[in-house]
Amino acid sequence: MTTIVDKVIAGEVRTVARLIRDIDDGIPEVRETLKALYPHTGKAHVVGITGAPGVGKSTLVDQMINRLRKKGKTVGVLAVDPTSPFTGGAILGDRIRMQRHSLDDGVFIRSLATRGHFGGLTQSTRSAIDVLDAMGKDYVIVETVGVGQDEVDVVKSAETTVILVIPGMGDDIQAIKAGILEIGDIFVINKADREGAEKTHSDLTLMINMDLKKYEGGKWKPPILKSEAVFDKGVEELLEEIEKHRRYMAEFEKGGLTTLRSEKARAELAELVKNRLLEEVFNRLIDSGDFDKAVESVAAGEVDPYTACDDLLLSRIDAIK
Amino acid sequence: MTQKRKIRVMVAKPGLDGHDRGARIIARAYRDAGYEVVYTGLHQGPMEIVQAAIQEDVDMIGLSSLAGAHKYNFPKVVELLKEQGVDDIIVCGGGIIPEEDIPELKKQGIREIFTPGTSLDEIVAWVEENVHPRNREG
Ligand SMILES: Nc1nc2c(ncn2[C@@H]2O[C@H](COP(=O)(O)OP(=O)(O)O)[C@@H](O)[C@H]2O)c(=O)[nH]1
Ligand SMILES: [Mg+2]
Repeated sequence: MTTIVDKVIAGEVRTVARLIRDIDDGIPEVRETLKALYPHTGKAHVVGITGAPGVGKSTLVDQMINRLRKKGKTVGVLAVDPTSPFTGGAILGDRIRMQRHSLDDGVFIRSLATRGHFGGLTQSTRSAIDVLDAMGKDYVIVETVGVGQDEVDVVKSAETTVILVIPGMGDDIQAIKAGILEIGDIFVINKADREGAEKTHSDLTLMINMDLKKYEGGKWKPPILKSEAVFDKGVEELLEEIEKHRRYMAEFEKGGLTTLRSEKARAELAELVKNRLLEEVFNRLIDSGDFDKAVESVAAGEVDPYTACDDLLLSRIDAIK
Repeated sequence: MTQKRKIRVMVAKPGLDGHDRGARIIARAYRDAGYEVVYTGLHQGPMEIVQAAIQEDVDMIGLSSLAGAHKYNFPKVVELLKEQGVDDIIVCGGGIIPEEDIPELKKQGIREIFTPGTSLDEIVAWVEENVHPRNREG
């Protein structure tokens, strides 16, 4: 156990890779390792990059890695792609764009699939972030496809969230309005070499300016940048804004506004408790066969589902009390 | 969570030849079999493949070659894995590989070679039988 922790802290690649696998596979023993690693976390700056498929997230991450490395920073990347709901399999192709860094030991890249474990994605990704943080990476970049609630939640575990759009994505801007706007710290219009970047820029500006009160008192107002990731344009500006946001966050917290930290702690803890409850109670119900028995009784009309639920749970909850 | 370990496979294409249709087809077949498939794209050097496989903690590397790159590249991947102290990642190969090269490749540690005559179902069946995500250890 201690050896795993020591090896992670020493940046031992194989150990880190296997630990992330254990986290993802839901091996209960990792909990102890994560507990021991936790005091070694909190140093990395965690950046979330989200946006629709094909907008250029992986290409941008690749360029960011390149520039961060030139500044002497180490980088961990978690690239999350969706699991097929039909087969449970996934093709994880983000690495294609980042392979030039695979021989650089200052860079650790890991592809993850969403897997569809009851919102467990958030928890396992967060744990993987902690591992890369404890391993000593200065930056941890998390790439997710910004569609489902799960992905949005993942992004929430980042300190700085970058939302990537491309010109002419009218509908997507609508989608941003519907939920992602609140979580975007920085907006980037990628593929600005294409027509319509100006229009997208003014659409976004309009949206952000809709509620100017929100930014009163020196609160962060999301900047809107343009980039051409494939030509390495606009990447430096993005890194500057990320750095500005990091400094803002540090100040913000120092200024007595610890709400931010406690919000994160609340979200993280709620997630852990919920997942653990599911794991401990629900899985045990399934394993013991009690759940299936109750299903049969309900199906046979012997009992109503509400009573069946009470029967299944109340005795166990009493036991916890 | 009581879920089984999921098989993770890397599909990689060493060498210089220019298209990866075969690699993409096999990647999709693996996905449809329920595996997580890390795809690294074209023109990969053996060391890049090995480092990626370690970071991704895959159970198997499937190498694809069309233009003779197999003779040098396939054994090189096996050798580099060994050098890195990795003994539990299975290496397989596929693509256009002359029958007469196969025994030598196997001798050098490539566990199986799938030629164009092998169906996708047969390949998946082989993986099911031979690739077992490792049990828990440090
Ligand atoms: N024209 C143009 N194409 C780009 C730009 N950035 C990325 N691409 C291309 O967009 C495609 C999808 O990129 P990728 O990074 O895989 O997108 P992701 O799905 O969001 O990760 C690739 O073919 C890239 O080369 C850009 O700034 N301009
Ligand atoms: Mg991508």
